[in-house]
Amino acid sequence: MSANKTHHDAAHADHGHDDHGPAKGIMRWLTTTNHKDIGTMYLVFSLLMFFIGGSMALVIRAELFAPGMQLVDPGFFNTMTTVHALIMVFGAVMPATVGLANWMIPLQIGAPDMALPRMNNFSFWLLVSAFTLLILSLFMPGGGPAAGWTLYPPLVLQTGDAFPLAIFAIHLAGASSIMGAINIIVTIMNLRAPGMTLLKMPLFVWTWLITAYLLIAVMPVFAGAVTMLLTDHFFHTTFFAAAGGGDPVLYQHIFWFFGHPEVYIMILPAFGIVSEIIPTFSRKPLFGYDAMVYATASIAFLSFIVWAHHMFTVGMPLAGELFFMLSTMLIAVPTGVKVFNWTATMWKGSLTFEPPMLFALAFLFLFTIGGFSGLMMAIAPVDFQYHDTYFIVAHFHYVLVPGAVFAIMAGVYYWLPKWTGHMYDMKLANWHFWLSAIFVNVLFFPQHFLGLAGMPRRIPDYSTQFADWNMVSSIGAFGFGVSQLLFVYIIWKCARGGAQATAEVWDGARVHGLEWTVPSPAPYHTFDEAPVVR
Amino acid sequence: MNRFKHALAAGVASLLAASPALADWSDLNLRVGVTELSREIYGLHMLILWVCVAIAVAVFAVMIYSIATFRKSKGAVAATFDHNTKAEIIWTVIPVLILVAMAIPATRTLVKIDDTRGSELTVKVTGYQWKWQYEYVDEGVSFFSTLARSSDVARQLGSGVDPRSVENYLLEVDNPLVVPQGRKVRVLITANDVIHAWWVPDFGMKKDAIPGYINEMWFRADFPGTYRGQCAELCGRDHGFMPVVVEVLPPDEFDAWLLEQQAARQASREAPARSAALDRSADQLAALRVARAE
Repeated sequence: MSANKTHHDAAHADHGHDDHGPAKGIMRWLTTTNHKDIGTMYLVFSLLMFFIGGSMALVIRAELFAPGMQLVDPGFFNTMTTVHALIMVFGAVMPATVGLANWMIPLQIGAPDMALPRMNNFSFWLLVSAFTLLILSLFMPGGGPAAGWTLYPPLVLQTGDAFPLAIFAIHLAGASSIMGAINIIVTIMNLRAPGMTLLKMPLFVWTWLITAYLLIAVMPVFAGAVTMLLTDHFFHTTFFAAAGGGDPVLYQHIFWFFGHPEVYIMILPAFGIVSEIIPTFSRKPLFGYDAMVYATASIAFLSFIVWAHHMFTVGMPLAGELFFMLSTMLIAVPTGVKVFNWTATMWKGSLTFEPPMLFALAFLFLFTIGGFSGLMMAIAPVDFQYHDTYFIVAHFHYVLVPGAVFAIMAGVYYWLPKWTGHMYDMKLANWHFWLSAIFVNVLFFPQHFLGLAGMPRRIPDYSTQFADWNMVSSIGAFGFGVSQLLFVYIIWKCARGGAQATAEVWDGARVHGLEWTVPSPAPYHTFDEAPVVR
Repeated sequence: MNRFKHALAAGVASLLAASPALADWSDLNLRVGVTELSREIYGLHMLILWVCVAIAVAVFAVMIYSIATFRKSKGAVAATFDHNTKAEIIWTVIPVLILVAMAIPATRTLVKIDDTRGSELTVKVTGYQWKWQYEYVDEGVSFFSTLARSSDVARQLGSGVDPRSVENYLLEVDNPLVVPQGRKVRVLITANDVIHAWWVPDFGMKKDAIPGYINEMWFRADFPGTYRGQCAELCGRDHGFMPVVVEVLPPDEFDAWLLEQQAARQASREAPARSAALDRSADQLAALRVARAE
């Protein structure tokens, strides 16, 4: 960011003559191997994608504002739901957590950089190529991908020329994620400062370590599934075509074997961020650190054996439905442990409510609501009603928006002074918080009612009985969308200037992590000499 | 007097049923539905909902209490404890017990849903882009069911028709599925192109219609009436425009309807024979004309 001149000087003062700053101009960003630069690029990229995906969501909500078709063709509506999801999952939430990992993991474990810096650069630019392709696919003859982000065959095979572009985009994004994950694992395993044993690592590092293993385990599975789609489409294989002896349900099993861990790939780093912030602003150590680590690992393990709860209506045998119902219900136990531990961290603390804490608290309440609706849907017989309605839309948006996205925003507000060296405008950030927290509920809470009353998801038009709550939801959507412009303004303003941040930034933060021991802004190179952790 | 009381009670009941307050509630919650399974599913839904509400009240109360009480601005000084084994065991074990308590009735209902034996009527449902086909397998009756014309006109981009002026907008079809009240109906579900899902909320369940698969479900509707649902699996451009409408008739009316359908089918099966005869005579005429010309 623009504060790098001061970085440079501060770094010189700290690290003597060997230190060097970044290259000049555009080449700095194209060729950088610095974890801070790459972290920044990931974060800026994901913010851009957040707005592109968000605009698509607003197209959806505008069409659904009132019954009747007013704005778009139903086919384009399907493209919007599909690409909105792909962009938000793979372009916004995942890269944002990777950006935070790049910036913070070396700082939190006392490492000078990521272990594989060139690969780090490559995985970022691969991601940019992937999303350039995906967005270009919208302009292909036949329209963009419109079969839902789950890309179920046979429907997805009806996609026009966008099909190979979208598949290739997924391959590239997947390769990028796998490289990012390998880098994170190697960094954490090899570059920890002396004395930092695994069970002394900050929770954000722990959750990312487990997330990285999940990524390596499931991204190739997804790549395999979409490759089979590709050969079904172009080379006359029939992996998923019943007429040729294939099986359309097989695709769903493979997809969700990837897809369920993918859900935790998005939420575990969020858990980590919240586990950093709540102790800092409670001025108390995290309650039940070991239990938090084990709960994260249990959730990761369970994520591999629950996939078919996404497919309760495909007609599985009774034994299958029972197994997936029971295993899914089990996830409530470690997730509950986490929520209880965060609450116990605040118990008898000394709380203050700066913007990161506000976002973390909203996460705590609203993610829990998403958890409850998840538990309800685990009950297979009832899920026969909930499945593919707005109830599930409400559920996963609660865990992803006030869940993952709020945690990411909390993380940005937590670490932004460390990155830029400036305090941001607290008053505006409070506005951003309250507007987001109110509108996100106006947006998504009524969707529970819509789903229960019988509105299917992914429809561009609806029966008039659903009109009122759809209108409320759309108003919430526009309010939420516009509020996010504040976020950009606050970050931009903070990057350009503001009150000088101390090394500790937050009152008493020093005991909560190594990142608060280096100056703010963090020099271009940190921990040239490893700190010793006792 | 007694009769008056009864009438009063009935009047109050019907008023309550028609009152806007209740109508609003039905817009917020799952429907009870009209089958044994839908009622059981509704019961499970309410049970798990209240369990979640109870846990939420307890957990949120502790969070809100902490936020309100342990404030630095109120002079709170942070404690230093970082774990409590007893508390951690308690809040691991109690959720397990709650889950076991939930799993038992859920399993019972799941087993009941799975039991399609002893049905009295079998209907095969086939999903197409974008309509349904209904076949009464043993009765030799089948027909397609597509979105009603009035809805189809109104739903076009820029049609200028207010959806509120269309009765049952997007939930009306040309030919509804007709089934008897009180008889166990087995539904066989498949699709001919892409995956669809057949769903009538009042019957409690939906099931995917998948090419190459024949899925099964069953229902026994307790009350006559018209029940409406929609395709529930994204199936392409007009996924939102292939409603499911089921008409439940009293058994004798259903039997009459079925006979009528069979008779009509019989007539239409003879009709092609007649037209074939006409074609033949047309050919003969043409041959005659040719002969005359020569």
